[in-house]
Amino acid sequence: METATQTKKGALVIHPDDNVAVALSDLKKGEKCSVRLGESEQWVTALDDISFGHKLALCPIGKEESVLKYGEEIGKMSEVVKTGGWIHTHNLYCERGMK
Amino acid sequence: MDTFMGYARKDGRVGIRNQIAVIPSVFCAGKVAERIAYQVPGCVYFRHPVGCSQVGEDLEVTAKTLIAIGKNPNFAGVVVVGLGCERFSPYELAEGIAPSEKMLETVVIQEEGDSLAAIQTGSKIAREMQQIASRQTREEFPVSELMVGLNCGGSDMTSGLIANPALGYASDKLVSQGGSSILSEITELIGTEDILARRAVDDEVANSIRGMIHLTEEKLRRQTKGSTNKDRTHLISKGNYDGGLSSVVEKSLGSMKKSGSAPFSGVIQYGHQPDKKGLFLLDSPGHDGEVSTGQVAAGAQIILFPTGRGTPTGFPGIPVIKITGNPKTYIKMKENIDINAGTVLKQEKTIEQAGEEIYQEILEVASGKQVKAEILGHDEQFCVTRLP
Repeated sequence: METATQTKKGALVIHPDDNVAVALSDLKKGEKCSVRLGESEQWVTALDDISFGHKLALCPIGKEESVLKYGEEIGKMSEVVKTGGWIHTHNLYCERGMK
Repeated sequence: MDTFMGYARKDGRVGIRNQIAVIPSVFCAGKVAERIAYQVPGCVYFRHPVGCSQVGEDLEVTAKTLIAIGKNPNFAGVVVVGLGCERFSPYELAEGIAPSEKMLETVVIQEEGDSLAAIQTGSKIAREMQQIASRQTREEFPVSELMVGLNCGGSDMTSGLIANPALGYASDKLVSQGGSSILSEITELIGTEDILARRAVDDEVANSIRGMIHLTEEKLRRQTKGSTNKDRTHLISKGNYDGGLSSVVEKSLGSMKKSGSAPFSGVIQYGHQPDKKGLFLLDSPGHDGEVSTGQVAAGAQIILFPTGRGTPTGFPGIPVIKITGNPKTYIKMKENIDINAGTVLKQEKTIEQAGEEIYQEILEVASGKQVKAEILGHDEQFCVTRLP
């Protein structure tokens, strides 16, 4: 029963207002993953390779729009990201605590 | 309302342990205090490097903190040990603890003659207190009598993702029933002052929260001014970036999540106690020991401690509940960690379910269940903060 031991690739949404999920394992580009918020589950396809602990967009987020995690703004997008896209320092900016 | 089984104290507070605390007023009396506690198993001792050759606010905070530790309701009695010539007098320490109306005696080495005589006198006192304490039984109290300290150390990426939000759930459940919870580690909260201030019960508390974080940021700016190493002046490290954190605010939010989403009732200065119940912000740097000590001085009977990488530390006479969000760390450090919230990472449980597990553990530990750090005798977290 090999399939029974395979764990599905997943990501976690911390707060209902969030527009990002956090990968719970390394995701490969094109891979489908189960995104969980409490008891609910949705499926999102990763558009990039996304490492464990990194963020993926749950919906399209426009340039200068807020990125929400923990229900709060952690920064703004410097470019557009599509659903399933990787969000990190290459496309998110926030100047607090950097000087 | 949920309840737990605790010990009634004469000043109206409730303890969850019933030990005798042996507290030196100065570092010179440290070994005598330790030896007294060794003679009478069940006693705990508070060895520290302070109490003399300090001035101003620094000595003030030391004095207030040691007094407040003695008043913590987890201790049935206190033996104060002094040398006799120190700046912070043992009699002043005892006088400060006296309003708690618990068993209290003072032993001064220079008055007893020598350290062996002081150990003998102190041991007899502690033995007698222990016998009286042993006759006290636990009674039922509402959880509104509990105060928990929220701390964390040896963090990894699972801390902000899983263990801290799960702890936030437990803290919210306690606070919603009238209990108290304390968030500290101000250095780890920079960038979240407006978010925290929005959760304040009124404008005055909101301004105090902003002011406290602003002062810490100023202090850090002064400390890093002469530094030429850019990596040392940033509050976010390469490891943080590699782990997936994209901004300082994101990092601080992960730390803040320990406090759930309850409103903040007020702020507390180091060595002080809140005059009401609810969720509070305590002014303390991020050092694990300084945080716990400030929280125990504020009156916390339990410390809750998420740790992603795993740390074995404990606090004398105060249970420290260890929680990890990293399933590998739990397997590796099973003898030190009480709660495995790594079940969320493995998708076996939700954050809320892990939070409920933490909350139930708080009730059990409050009623007498010993945590792993207590059983193994870990006591490293007692550490009084110093002011420059």
